[in-house]
Amino acid sequence: MRTILHSDCNNFYASVECVFDPALRGKPVAVCGDPSKRHGIVLAKSEAAKKCGVKTGEALWEAKLKCPDLILLPPHGDQYIRFSKMMRKLYSEYTNQIEPFGLDESWLDVSSHTLSGAEIASQLRRRARDELGITISIGVSFNKVFAKLGSDMHKPDATTIISHDNFRHKVWPLPAGDLLFIGRSTVSRLAHYGIRTIGDIARSSQDTLHSMLGKGGDMLYAYANGLDESPVMRTEQSSEVKSVSNSTTPPFDVDNDTDARRILYMLSDSVASRLREQHLYGRTISLWLRSETLHSYERQTTLTTPTNLSKVIAQHIFQLLYQNWDMHSPLRSLGVRVSDLSFSPQETTLLVERDPLLMRHEKIERTMDDIRKRYGVSALQRGNTLQKKNPLHLEDVHHNFSAANMSAIHGRGEGI
Amino acid sequence: MFTRTYVQVIATFNEDGSITPHALTFHDQQFIIDRVLDRRPAAATKAGGQGMRYTVRIGGKQTYIFLDEQQRWFVEEKEHVRQISNP
Repeated sequence: MRTILHSDCNNFYASVECVFDPALRGKPVAVCGDPSKRHGIVLAKSEAAKKCGVKTGEALWEAKLKCPDLILLPPHGDQYIRFSKMMRKLYSEYTNQIEPFGLDESWLDVSSHTLSGAEIASQLRRRARDELGITISIGVSFNKVFAKLGSDMHKPDATTIISHDNFRHKVWPLPAGDLLFIGRSTVSRLAHYGIRTIGDIARSSQDTLHSMLGKGGDMLYAYANGLDESPVMRTEQSSEVKSVSNSTTPPFDVDNDTDARRILYMLSDSVASRLREQHLYGRTISLWLRSETLHSYERQTTLTTPTNLSKVIAQHIFQLLYQNWDMHSPLRSLGVRVSDLSFSPQETTLLVERDPLLMRHEKIERTMDDIRKRYGVSALQRGNTLQKKNPLHLEDVHHNFSAANMSAIHGRGEGI
Repeated sequence: MFTRTYVQVIATFNEDGSITPHALTFHDQQFIIDRVLDRRPAAATKAGGQGMRYTVRIGGKQTYIFLDEQQRWFVEEKEHVRQISNP
């Protein structure tokens, strides 16, 4: 029988902030974006802030209304990544099957360890507390879905065991929405048929669920009955990059194509440079736009030859922009993503000769990478990205593997 | 209340990559480290911070010194609160 752990770092960003300033412990704390750059939302909150009703993603003024004593802190992405790596190093002392789920959560398969799942969980909790100064909640079970449910059940700093013997008693009374991958629309569809708890899903026939939700119905049936057999990926498998993306919310709404083009060129530049750094080429190029009413949408195109050139990426992004944006509705945020990655441009297009012009461009862009690496990203800028009105700084978009990028790579990014 | 106070340390970098601190300078006074009792990653729970924590004996007393991720040594110093009493 498998022993799977799901470890969740409690209030991760806020907890890391408290490690460096113990005076914050026990106080309502929120890590938030910079309001002057219109990033003024709550990114993470402490347990005390949670008790006041502060929610992740809400505007700072809303959070302050609920909790006037709320202490607002700027994010320190580098520290969060460092702590996330230290947690993974801790996990690696027990198993090499570690599957990260964002920066603060991981599944661990400890089936082959001599210690029991519960013993490993208590060791990990103690070591996270002593060595890193943060607390974690761990779910111990025989599959990934129940392990994840377990880590959500008791917080902070707790272990929850869901076994073959107790899952009907512990899991089935929970609301259907607590199950992994069930979103709001699935909850309301299930509720329409009188299915409100995980137990209701488990007791429904698989055929009924299939007719309601297709393949998703089969998956839910398996999840609710403890039949999930998906493996915990090994560290080297799960770190495989699926896409490289970058998005930004500039300090002003974008209402003309000049601003849109220069922002998208900067983003394309940043994405292309990161692709080259990892020796990757991508075939699918996506444009992500968010309007001032916060409605967001994504459009994509597929190339015949994979690329890692900002020139090519930007060209296709501009085409997508003109096909999908009427310029009458100002844009709040813009993003560029390249996916369907391979390690060489020939991998998918054997026998196709490379265009000499593109090879020249690649040489130019690699030289740009070298100069920027040595003297900073602002040392060399494209003429079309420079403008006195509505200035934008290259550093704002040229960040390598920020927290947002990490989560996008692991499939948990918001939007792009 | 405690604060993080960064200190100068004289140390040996050993062949195996470990570091052995021998003396530290705290408020212009040098203290000889008699013995390193323990070495492990830990959070500095009193003053805040995280790094490699060395449990050391100085003048017969046991204390902690930390080496943070930027390779700076610090100690947790007790803040002296000056009380001003009303006449």
